[in-house]
Amino acid sequence: MNVVRRNGLGLLAWLSGIVFFLPIAWMALTSFHSESDAATNPPSFAAALTLDGYRDFFGAGGGASPWPALINSTVASVASTLLVLLLAFPAAYALSVNRVRKWTDVLFFFLSTKMLPAVAGLLPIYLFARNAGMLDNILLLVILYTSMNLPIAVWMMQSFLAEIPVAVIEAAKVDGARLPTILARVVAPISLPGIAATALICFIFSWNELLFARVLTGVVAETAPVFLTGFITSQGLFLAKVCAASLVISLPVLAAGFAAQDKLVQGLSLGAVK
Amino acid sequence: MTATTTAPVASPGIPAPARRPSARLRAWATRAPLLPALIFMIVVTQLPFVATLVISFFDWNSLYPDARHFTGVDNYQEVLTDPDLRHSVGTTVLLTVAVVLASLVLGLVLALLLDRRFRGRGIVRTLLIAPFLVVPVAAALLWKHVLYNPEYGLFNGLLHYVGGPQPDWISTTPLLAVEASLVWQWTPFMMLILLAGLQSRDHEQIEAARVDGASDWQIFVHLTLPHLRRYLELGALLGSIYIVQNFDAVFTITSGGLGTANLPYTVYQSFYQAHENGLASAAGVLVVIGSIVIATFALRVVSSLFREEASRA
Repeated sequence: MNVVRRNGLGLLAWLSGIVFFLPIAWMALTSFHSESDAATNPPSFAAALTLDGYRDFFGAGGGASPWPALINSTVASVASTLLVLLLAFPAAYALSVNRVRKWTDVLFFFLSTKMLPAVAGLLPIYLFARNAGMLDNILLLVILYTSMNLPIAVWMMQSFLAEIPVAVIEAAKVDGARLPTILARVVAPISLPGIAATALICFIFSWNELLFARVLTGVVAETAPVFLTGFITSQGLFLAKVCAASLVISLPVLAAGFAAQDKLVQGLSLGAVK
Repeated sequence: MTATTTAPVASPGIPAPARRPSARLRAWATRAPLLPALIFMIVVTQLPFVATLVISFFDWNSLYPDARHFTGVDNYQEVLTDPDLRHSVGTTVLLTVAVVLASLVLGLVLALLLDRRFRGRGIVRTLLIAPFLVVPVAAALLWKHVLYNPEYGLFNGLLHYVGGPQPDWISTTPLLAVEASLVWQWTPFMMLILLAGLQSRDHEQIEAARVDGASDWQIFVHLTLPHLRRYLELGALLGSIYIVQNFDAVFTITSGGLGTANLPYTVYQSFYQAHENGLASAAGVLVVIGSIVIATFALRVVSSLFREEASRA
């Protein structure tokens, strides 16, 4: 009885895993079908495989090339993630190891900014960008994505740094090391796994962002999600191309997410859950 | 902290008058690593909100910038009486509550299933996380074109096999269509938080209850659920914060049509399409007020979890 039930529940778990994954599996399969095989009812599960959808997505069919958007997304995500780490790492040190007074208040200030909807600041940011000539400029997205991710990074990192034994840092101080040296040579190596997970999560959020990119960029600084919005209205037979596009643009996020799997909860709950 | 009788050797808090500059210097040295991040956050996130607040009191259409003038609370009156905007407030609440509740319940079931040992648990966990790791716009496109499409979408294709109807999902149930895609993406998030909660249970206590003859159901209701309460609250509140702000799914699946326009979409539309800066700002301020209500609860939950962690450490 117990064995039957245990196996039954294991089976149920497998089944729900498959149901949740099915849309992604179907998207992957469709991306390798020809456009005419992709748009059949009932669906053609066993149709011949082809790379046409991918060729089409990368501009072989005469459409716009996705490369500028992919490069823009990479620049915006990587640059903002580096800037976040540069700002958050020392801040987390001052909030966990060598604590400033009222450090919990500061932490909660960072958190509270995450709870204000971005859309409310959109208009003044747009007006500022227009007056400063920064519309359609990737630098503006880097700054905005940094502010979007900084609270997450500060919270995550302070929870990682708080685990470092004080004695290690004291020993470095006794040896006469100054703060930048302590941070770079002592704290960073110990907390490297935490820093890496933080970086991956910040990268994901920047890569996914649509609202700011949609409003503040145009032809020059367009990011990958904005490129995808070109597929919102249907345009004849284009399912294979949509699937190829969605999959290629999601790949970096899937890779980063699985790499950070163990620390994903901690990052998403802003360090509240370990 | 204000003790005056501390021994002179161990009194970093109350420095002698002669040493005061050095103590102040040391306090600044402690603060220095924090300042760049703090100043950056204040400039980039707080100033725009102040600007939004100011603009919300002006009648300002960007097509007629010269006609800009102060109007007091007129924008708020217009926002609060505009049927479209009122409707979008209702839509936002409905969308958020439905998605959060559904993904929380599904996430709990999945977390309970994954909390037990079975063959291939790691693989199933990976399969379940995947929907959360699809770029939101891509996920919305997937649902809109590949699953919902009435002619060749997967749903109607599968229904075809059983001789079922061939509905046009998005036009018959637009809000539900948006909600289903969001539930698909957010269930993994809830599952991860609840799974962490389940794994932090006191296993000795559960064993003891079992030895005392408690059934699985009794253990779930009297031990597991009370322990999970904080995690359920946290999941619900964090989920609400993210979903109240959702723009991608509404923008992609229905383009705000068929009564699915939520507040973020409406704010986007009113400033991006109608160029009404004052109105958009007033709507933005209302979104902020709504979020502050949620955020107050969220901060309380996070801070109680945080204190618990701190006291355990």
